[in-house]
Parts: sequence; structure tokens; C-alpha cells
Amino acid sequence: MKSLTILKYQWKDLLRGKWIVGYGLIYLLIADAMIRFGNAGPKAMLSISNIMLLLIPLVGIIYGALYLYQTREFTELLLAQPIDRPSLFWGLFGGLAVPLAVAFAVGTAIPMIYTGMIITASTQSILLILLLGIVLTLLFTGLGFWFALKFFEDRVKGLGFALVSWLFLAVLYDGLVLLAVFAFGDYPIEKPMLALALANPIDLARITVLLEFDISALMGYTGAVFNRFFGSLMGISVAFSCLMLWLGIPLWRSQRQFDKKDF
Amino acid sequence: MKLFKITTILFVGLMLLLSVRSAIATQVTVSKDGDITSVQTGIDQAQPGDTVFVREGRYIEYDIRINKRITLLGEGEAIIDGDEQGFVVVVEADSTVIKDIEVHNSKAGFMDDYAGIVVEGAHYVRIENVKLVNNFFGIYLAKSEGTVLKNNHITASHQRETNSGNGIHLWYTKDVEILDNYVAGHRDGLYFEFVEGAFIAGNKSEKNIRYGIHFMYSDNCRYERNTFRDNGGGVAVMYTSNVDIVDNHFADNWGSSAYGMLLKEINRSTVTGNTFTNNSVGLYMEASSRNNVEGNEFNQNGWAVQLMANSTDNTFSKNNFVANSFEVSTNSRMNYSNNFDNNYWSQYEGYDLDRDGVGDVPHRPVRLFSILVEKQPQSLLLLRSLLVDLLDAAEKFMPALTPETLIDSKPQMEPVL
Repeated sequence: MKSLTILKYQWKDLLRGKWIVGYGLIYLLIADAMIRFGNAGPKAMLSISNIMLLLIPLVGIIYGALYLYQTREFTELLLAQPIDRPSLFWGLFGGLAVPLAVAFAVGTAIPMIYTGMIITASTQSILLILLLGIVLTLLFTGLGFWFALKFFEDRVKGLGFALVSWLFLAVLYDGLVLLAVFAFGDYPIEKPMLALALANPIDLARITVLLEFDISALMGYTGAVFNRFFGSLMGISVAFSCLMLWLGIPLWRSQRQFDKKDF
Repeated sequence: MKLFKITTILFVGLMLLLSVRSAIATQVTVSKDGDITSVQTGIDQAQPGDTVFVREGRYIEYDIRINKRITLLGEGEAIIDGDEQGFVVVVEADSTVIKDIEVHNSKAGFMDDYAGIVVEGAHYVRIENVKLVNNFFGIYLAKSEGTVLKNNHITASHQRETNSGNGIHLWYTKDVEILDNYVAGHRDGLYFEFVEGAFIAGNKSEKNIRYGIHFMYSDNCRYERNTFRDNGGGVAVMYTSNVDIVDNHFADNWGSSAYGMLLKEINRSTVTGNTFTNNSVGLYMEASSRNNVEGNEFNQNGWAVQLMANSTDNTFSKNNFVANSFEVSTNSRMNYSNNFDNNYWSQYEGYDLDRDGVGDVPHRPVRLFSILVEKQPQSLLLLRSLLVDLLDAAEKFMPALTPETLIDSKPQMEPVL
């Protein structure tokens, strides 16, 4: 209950800052443009999901870290009140992650509604994109919180780590996977590759998008391991449960840290 | 002179008499509770030109021979059931008509090509509105000319390639018309070998174990408005010249060796107005040359076109490539005068400053990533990764691995048609 109250204050604070509105507007503009140029077809959905995969992790992780630094005084003030620490943590986290997720979902959904795409496109794809965006927002805001709490005294270090880990997960990691494929391509590396992909939340989200939009290409792959993984409901469910793990672990770690922290 | 007149009159009279005789051709009725209870007996008792009328019921008979020109006509659910004993109906006479009947359960075997209806060495046969269920081969035509298969419904429920025959099987035939048939669950839906001048239109072939249509050494054929859906290997057209493939629909063929349409050693043919939707590979071309691929629609395929480097002098123009994972892929840096122009590419990222509807910078449909995937298929898992997009963008500026000449110099800004 207390965390809800905190969440409410946070929300008001965020809205006053206008930042969150701008963030939602970005998605609105992008989605609108994509739908206009993509003729409301699957191409528009794909472009939206590409943008989502790029932008959400970056904004989530940076803003998550930054926000905790910014609200340090507020947090310390609240800590002086009779509030238990878990409530305060969830209030702070929810107060940032939920508005970010809502901004994304609303910003993307509005153009889909007024262009009528919500009727013409497949509901499953739309829901998948919105859901993935929301999960990614929560996940990367959580990661940002974790970095901020870990390097609470050293902002530059915390933000640096956040930025570098985004770069690593979004670009470098795939480069390493590609290198591995070309180095060990002669061996049966399908299973290790799947494991590698499941170990990176951005790749996980990307593969879930692939399963929805590029399944015809994926089914063209010769390896039986991939086919069995992608061809069944198992693919989506495994990917999703791994995403949930990625969501849970950083949050759990940062809550532990928050509980023990000597502010 | 007079003699000539008389003979003429006599001849005409004779002809008239003959025509009257054929006009009063009789009808032989086969029914479960009548005098004739067997289809074969009915045929044996009929004179050439007669109609053998089969009333509703299930007739368990096999190796029925039609050795004179008759019309075999069914009523209601007239079923001839081969009971998996042999061929069901064997047509040996020219101009035989089989209509409105059902043929079930031919024998399956490895030594003989057992079939529901076999037409061997008979010409101008017409098979119409026949329902063939669970036969090894459905309709088997060999050495037949001018035969018409129309509006037949051919289904089987076999599981494996080895114990299943083809739905419509043509071997050494000429000028055959195959119209509005439905084939499902056979090995190959339609199979053509050494066929000349066939016209295949409005058929639907789906859920077959191997190919929707399997087409070899069959020159001068035309197929149009057919639908080939969800077949194990899609459609294969091989070793043929001069085929017209028009307004067909190739969809949902998924798998590592499934192609919307596979063209192998096809020359001087046209592929126009077809739609390729949701296939692993839309159009695959190997060792094919001087073909014209125009006005087709490639939507949401894994690979819209796979063009092997041993294909030469093909033109691709005015096609729409929309939302495919890969637009064109190839296996070499060389491109032997395959020409792409005036296509619409949804992955085109150029601009049109003079607003003439044609993009100002050429489009390179072969992405670097498609070459990586060609070399190491496992890297497919990195599709739509930011890294891959960056690599593709770099390659577009300075092509180092993709074929330099495989470009569309006049990419359209809006979908064609």
C-alpha cells in the first residue's frame, strides 16, 4: 500500500517533468510514421519492433540509473519516515518503470488505433509487441537500478557501466556470437548457440519477434534443433520464461542491495 | 457422272442412317438391385457409344476395363471400390467419358503404379467430376493425347513418400487440359514428365507429401490460376523450355528444402502475375536462363528469390517485394547478366528527390547478411540484430562481398500494379 502511495508521488513528479510525455510522443511519432510508410502491413509492425528493440533497452537502463541518482535526496528523506525498505524500493521502481512502460504502450497503440491497424493487422502480433516492450522496459529499468545501487557513490561509473552494458548486449554480444559461428561452424553448434541467445535479454526479445514475423525464414534452416525449437510452442514459452528470469534476477539483486544499503 | 451422283446419295444416306443409329445409342444401367449389379458386366454389355449408368451404391470391383468408347456416368454416391486389390478403372478406348462417379481404394505397390483411373494409350478421354479417395495414384495418364481432366477431387491420406503415388500423373502425353481439380495428400499433387503442350488451370494442390506440382521435360506448357499450398517441397519445375506460369498462387510452403517454386534448368519461360506468400523460399532459380519474371508479388517469404549464379540472362521487372526476411540471395559474387529493374522493394532505403516515382539511388537486394547465412546457416539466428543491420549498412556503402552488378537501378517508390 505504501509503495503505491510512493508510486503515485513519483508519477506526479515524472509528469511534471514532462520528460515522460516526450518519451511517449517519440513512440507515437515513430509508430505513426512507420504505419504511414509501411501501409499498415506487417512491415510497419516489424519496423516498430526494430525501434523498440533498439530504444527501450537504452532508455530503460540509462534512465533507470540516472533516476536513482537524481532522486537521492527524495529517497533519503523517505527513508527517514516510518516506511519499510522493500515498499520504498518497489515504489521507486514502479514509479519509474510503470510510467515508462505505459508511455511506450500508449504511444505505440494510439497510431495503431486511429489508422485502423488494430483491426487489419493480426492481434497476436500487436499484443506481442506491446507485451515485449513492456517486459523490456521493466527489465532494463531494473538493470539500471541495479547498476545505480551498485555504484551509488560514483555516478560516472554507474552510468558508464549502464551504457557499456547496453552496448555490449545490443551490439558486441551478437558480434561475438557471429565470430563463434564462423569459428566453430563445422561443429554442431546449434544448441550452444541457442543457449547463447537465451543468455542475452535483447536477443531473447529479438528471437521472440523473429518467431512471430520471420518464421518462414527460420523454418528454412536445415538444422533439426532449430526447427524443433522454433516450430513449436516451446520456442516462445522458453524464450518468455528466460525473459522472466532476466526480469526477476536484477530486481531481486537490487532489492537486496537496497535493503542493506547504508545511505 | 450419274454413277457418281448415285454413289454420293447412297453414301450420304448411309451416313444419315449411321448417325441415327448412334443417336439412339442405348443406356445400360448398373444398380445394386437391378439386373446388372457389376460395372464390368455393364461395360461388357454396352455397345460403343452407349452410356453405362451407375446408380447409387458401393460396387466392390477392381481392374474394370473400358475397352470401347462409352460414357461411364454415376448417380448420387456411386462408388467403385477397388478394395486395395488392383487398378480400379482402366481406360483403353479413345473418347471414353467418365463422369460424376467416385473411385476408391486402389492397391498400393512398389512394382506397379496402381491407380484409381488409368488411361493408357487412349486419346481424347474426358474425366469430369470424379471423386478419387485413397488411391495409390489418382489419375494416371500415359501416352494419351487431347485428354481433359476437369473438376475432379482427388485425396489420399498417406504418410510417407514411399507408399504414396501422385494425384494426377502424366507421362508422355500431349495437349492435355487439366482444369479446376483439387488434389491433396498424395506424393506429388500433379506430376508431369515428357508432356507437351498441356494447359493446367484453376487447380488447387495442397498438403501433398512432396511437391504440389512436379514438372519435368515438359515443353510448351502453360499453367495459370492454380493454387499450391502447404506442400512438403512446394513446386518443382525442371528441365523444360517455354513454360508459361501465370497468375498462380504459391503459399505456406515451409521447410529447409521447401520452395514456393523451384526452377531448375528452365529456359525462355515466363513467370508473371503470380503471388508468393509465406514460403521459406519464394522463387528458387538454378541453371535457368532467359526467363522473364514480371509483375509478381512476393510477400512475407523467408527468401523472396534465391538466384543461383549459374542462372543467366533472366529479367526481373515490375515485381513487388514486400516484407520478406531476405529479398534476393545468391551464392556468388558474380552475376551473369540477370537484370533487375522497376521493382518495388520494401527494404529500399533510398529517396526520390525529383518525385518521378523512381528511387534516385539503386537498390541492392542482396544483403551482406544473406551471404553470411549462405556460408554459415546457423548465423540465421542473428537476423534483425542491430549488429547485422550495421554490417549491412556498411556493405551498402562499399560492396565487398555482395555481387556488384546485382542491383535494381530503377527501384519503384510505390508498389507496382
